[in-house]
Amino acid sequence: MKLATVKEILNAEVVTGEQYLNNEVKSAFGCDLMSDVLAFIKEETVLLTGLANPQVIRTAEMIDVYAIVFVRGKRPSRQIVEMAEQRNITLMTTDYILYTACGKLYEKGLRGVNVKGDVVDD
Amino acid sequence: MTNKSNAINLEFNVMKDDFSRAGEASSKIKKILTQLGIVSSVTRRVAIATYEAEMNIAIHSLGGKIEVTINPNEIIIIAVDNGPGIEDVKLAMQEGYSTATNKIRELGFGAGMGLPNMKKCSDEFDIVSKKGKGTKVFMRISLDSKPV
Ligand SMILES: Nc1ncnc2c1ncn2[C@@H]1O[C@H](COP(=O)(O)OP(=O)(O)OP(=O)(O)O)[C@@H](O)[C@H]1O
Ligand SMILES: [Mg+2]
Repeated sequence: MKLATVKEILNAEVVTGEQYLNNEVKSAFGCDLMSDVLAFIKEETVLLTGLANPQVIRTAEMIDVYAIVFVRGKRPSRQIVEMAEQRNITLMTTDYILYTACGKLYEKGLRGVNVKGDVVDD
Repeated sequence: MTNKSNAINLEFNVMKDDFSRAGEASSKIKKILTQLGIVSSVTRRVAIATYEAEMNIAIHSLGGKIEVTINPNEIIIIAVDNGPGIEDVKLAMQEGYSTATNKIRELGFGAGMGLPNMKKCSDEFDIVSKKGKGTKVFMRISLDSKPV
């Protein structure tokens, strides 16, 4: 799914990285635990999170995540936006809560990251 | 950065509680590995291992350092700190075990998955800790190891 579509579905505002909206993601992961983000994301994935701190950007950098959606209307600080710019990461913010945001993307065909024990239906 | 007999040695200090900078060492290490053309699946392992180690030093210890040695066939990571050490290492290694405070949890840490993640990313893993002394984590990642 194109990031532009993610933006549209979530009625999101792009905070930085407008120029990368043509990039595609294969899956999504909604989580506020950084160790789980590191352990589970293994492909081009958009991260949805309610955390807006520098560690989210650093965690994303470690595993080459280039798209982050902040939920519940969370707005990243100037420092976080700058960190994302330097790493070519797109940041968006949506007013939806995590559950609703994930549900909306899933409904439109964006699957979650594969985990052990998943029923693979695609 | 020193270079002796085909090995590259990197060393980074990690400060206690410095959350705006925590992760910088791992970020630099990842950039260097990418510049050296290390295969991305290995860089990923090293990035996760060093980042978890760096965050543990920043969160749980009094401060320490991360040493990375890049050899022609493997990468060695040593994370060592100045205390307070871990009472029960076996317990600390269990998935989900964490002593992180609420403040740390609000930052997104404290799932109790860091040490297990480090172990999963390593071809060889060892942790020694002495209460009152400090903790040392040894990780070896072979350059031909499979993606995790
Ligand atoms: N360098 C260290 N010094 C002292 N205690 C440590 C150190 N590293 C880990 N620990 C102890 O081991 C526990 C488990 O560590 P682990 O990295 O697995 O989880 P965590 O740091 O609590 O949470 P997460 O890594 O998922 O954010 C910690 O909660 C802490 O009590
Ligand atoms: Mg940890």
